[in-house]
Amino acid sequence: MDSNLYNYILGIADNNLILGQRLGELCGHGPSLETDIACTNISLDLFGQVRSYFQYAAKLKGNNINEDEVAFLRPEREYKNVLLVEQPNTNFAYIIVRQFLFDAYHLLFLQELQKSKDITLSAIANKSIKEVSYHYRFSSDWIKRLGDGTDESQAKIQNAINDLWTYTDELFHQVEADKILIEAGVGVDVTQLKAPYYSRVSEVLAQATIQVPDLKYFQKGGKQGIHTEHMGFLLADMQYMQRAYPNMTW
Amino acid sequence: MKATKKEWPLWEVFVRSKNGLEHRHFGSLHAADAEMALENARDVYTRRNEGVSIWVVESKNITASNPDHNGEMFEPAQDKVYRHPTFYDLPDEIKHM
Repeated sequence: MDSNLYNYILGIADNNLILGQRLGELCGHGPSLETDIACTNISLDLFGQVRSYFQYAAKLKGNNINEDEVAFLRPEREYKNVLLVEQPNTNFAYIIVRQFLFDAYHLLFLQELQKSKDITLSAIANKSIKEVSYHYRFSSDWIKRLGDGTDESQAKIQNAINDLWTYTDELFHQVEADKILIEAGVGVDVTQLKAPYYSRVSEVLAQATIQVPDLKYFQKGGKQGIHTEHMGFLLADMQYMQRAYPNMTW
Repeated sequence: MKATKKEWPLWEVFVRSKNGLEHRHFGSLHAADAEMALENARDVYTRRNEGVSIWVVESKNITASNPDHNGEMFEPAQDKVYRHPTFYDLPDEIKHM
């Protein structure tokens, strides 16, 4: 098995999986029927993409491993998602800011992944890009609405940006698998996405009358499996079914 | 703070399911403005690939007939069968009539 490729796929897909799980928590709990459905729609889009990635990963791994095992039966340290996506649904401002900060990255990332020499990855990217373009439109619209809204909504978005900004730098860190796969023409060089990301995000925030935080130190660790305290609770919830009823299917 | 929850206005949603068909009323939803109404309609009514075009119109802009006036509005038409073109023999080539 090509363990670099396997780890690389997990590094992409775990972001979708964990953010999808977070958004799924909103099912029946969104602020209004319409936003509830919108957030769970995005969750389903992300899970759909995860399935494609994990089916591919499971095939690489062999031994009759299936996508569910890849998704549900790993210990916390083996999840490679960035810290941003595991942050909790504190309030709607946090949900939208987390989404916006991830979508802006996700879209840039997929645009590059489309050019991958690995035809499966480039096909998944090609299929996902329409969905993610919509996610980005949805979240950036909400950033502008709430940021440039009432005093209270502006304060809430500013607060969420100030809190979550510290997790943005990690999106552009390379791990070992990245370097090897960039060399092979398969992987995306995320360091190249950093400048366009911050310029795009800052532009939306300016339209939303939100200040870009001036931060020197950023959080990291998710890509190495060192997660924030929220991750264990999320996994306990997400893994419950497969742990309680091994090999169960719907 | 007093919890006076202001509701967004109501919008009516019309969806064209296929090119060539007309827009049909699908339902209604709440949204702050037309743009949000379109996005919400996309998520609420077309997420299973039901449509190719969406119209939204704020419900207050629709003038509806009064059900109390149904007598004078509709009943006079009931006993006038000659208003229906049912006395012609249609050629077989004409479909969808």
